[in-house]
Amino acid sequence: MSDAPLIDIKDVTHTFQTKSGPLQVLDKLNLSVREGGFCAVVGPSGCGKSTLTRLVAGLLKPDEGEVWLHGERVKSPRATVGMAFQNPVMLEWRTILQNVMLPMEIVPTKTSRKQQEERARYLLALVGLEGFEDKRPSELSGGMRQRASLCRALVHQPDVLILDEPFGALDAFTREDLWQTMHQVKEKEPFTGLLITHDLRESIFLADKIVVLSGRPARSQYVLDVPMDGPRDLEHLYTHDSAEMLTVLRHQIEIAQGRAPVGSPAEPA
Amino acid sequence: MPMNSGFLHKVLIPVAAIIVFLLLWEALVWAMGWPDYKMASPSDLWPAYVKYADLFLLNSWQTLWRTVAGLGLAIVFGTLIGMIMGFSKIAREALYPLLVGFNAVPKATIVPIVALMFVGAHDFNTVLIAFMISFFPIAVSVSIGLSTLEPEYRDILAALGASKVTIFWKIALPKTLPEFFGALKVAVTLAFIGTNLMEIVSPHGRGLGALFDSGKTNSDYPLMFAVLIALAALGIVLYYVVIALEKALAGWAVRD
Repeated sequence: MSDAPLIDIKDVTHTFQTKSGPLQVLDKLNLSVREGGFCAVVGPSGCGKSTLTRLVAGLLKPDEGEVWLHGERVKSPRATVGMAFQNPVMLEWRTILQNVMLPMEIVPTKTSRKQQEERARYLLALVGLEGFEDKRPSELSGGMRQRASLCRALVHQPDVLILDEPFGALDAFTREDLWQTMHQVKEKEPFTGLLITHDLRESIFLADKIVVLSGRPARSQYVLDVPMDGPRDLEHLYTHDSAEMLTVLRHQIEIAQGRAPVGSPAEPA
Repeated sequence: MPMNSGFLHKVLIPVAAIIVFLLLWEALVWAMGWPDYKMASPSDLWPAYVKYADLFLLNSWQTLWRTVAGLGLAIVFGTLIGMIMGFSKIAREALYPLLVGFNAVPKATIVPIVALMFVGAHDFNTVLIAFMISFFPIAVSVSIGLSTLEPEYRDILAALGASKVTIFWKIALPKTLPEFFGALKVAVTLAFIGTNLMEIVSPHGRGLGALFDSGKTNSDYPLMFAVLIALAALGIVLYYVVIALEKALAGWAVRD
């Protein structure tokens, strides 16, 4: 394992052309994630977080700057990336198992169809969806669909998992369940993660590095390293350290929103 | 809904409704004392069917195959135009006014033009009109289905480097099937109208339309009504064929 970051975003600037003129969303943004790391990106609404995921996935090309994965410059989508979105879209005409196996129909693999099916079944069991393989997506709850969508993102054994607010639309209990599932999955299926989220507790629970983006156009405003020693349980959220980190992050978000003066001290936890 | 009532709901109730309709029709004609040249009653129709059984079979087949051929063309061309408009915003903006204008022209006015253009090619003319009248809803629904595909659906595959063709076959096409079948149900009845328009307005002695026309010429009013009912029956048959296809191909979208 080299020290070079697996995901490396260098001085990326991006502007969208909208009906009301150009809209710059990213401004010389820098961000890196080490191999096996899990980086959460938080920031005010509409600051360009989703644009960031599309740049890393190669679905968009930055106007300026470079995105590197694995020491290679990203110019187009690549099969070593898995993606899960806030809206866990499933192909309604396929069973859950067939949905999970979809990426392997695109990505060239050396494995047989039987092995692929075994892998899909293994992942579904890992996220607690054993027994739902032959159900249709419409028979599953939102949380279960998101679990299946996670399996689909991982089935072709990507090195990089991009999660664009995957838990944003779920109720609080389901969300906490899925946070724990994420830790279990990461232990069995190692990946380098990039998580976009609005939820500061989620970022502290899941990530070992948290990047706060500034308001639009976004740049990296603040980086917080979270000590990580293996999978966490929910108690982790109620420790003194976590409370302190939350306070710091909340203050940074206020700065990003322009609601707190830069340099004003964070309130003690 | 219990399972064993499926037959009741799918067969018995519709059949009962048809019988009730025929009885009311019979009763109305009887009560008003209408002669059969004013309004034939269902009991007048049987003799017509028995008398002209051979003609009904032959002409029903003529009408049916031309309608199906026209519908088949409409599916191929409608889907093709729908795909072009669904994927390209420029094509959509360019083609919509043309299509709407084309659809607004009454097909009855096109029939004589087509009949003059291709004199004697009766089969071709009839299929052409059936096609022209029925492809519009298919084209519009396919284009709407494709152009309103949520970006996330595309991104699932695009993020893996899938080509546009793969995304079309794996996602866009199956996702559009429910809209397509919705349009096909409308197109089926339209195609029948097209076929009969040609057969009646510019008769060449073939099809149920021609049989209707000969009933008119011979003042055989029960025959004319019998043709109308035969047309309705063919329409119902073809409609249920489409329903069966929809169940087989897009059953996932059907909610009971």
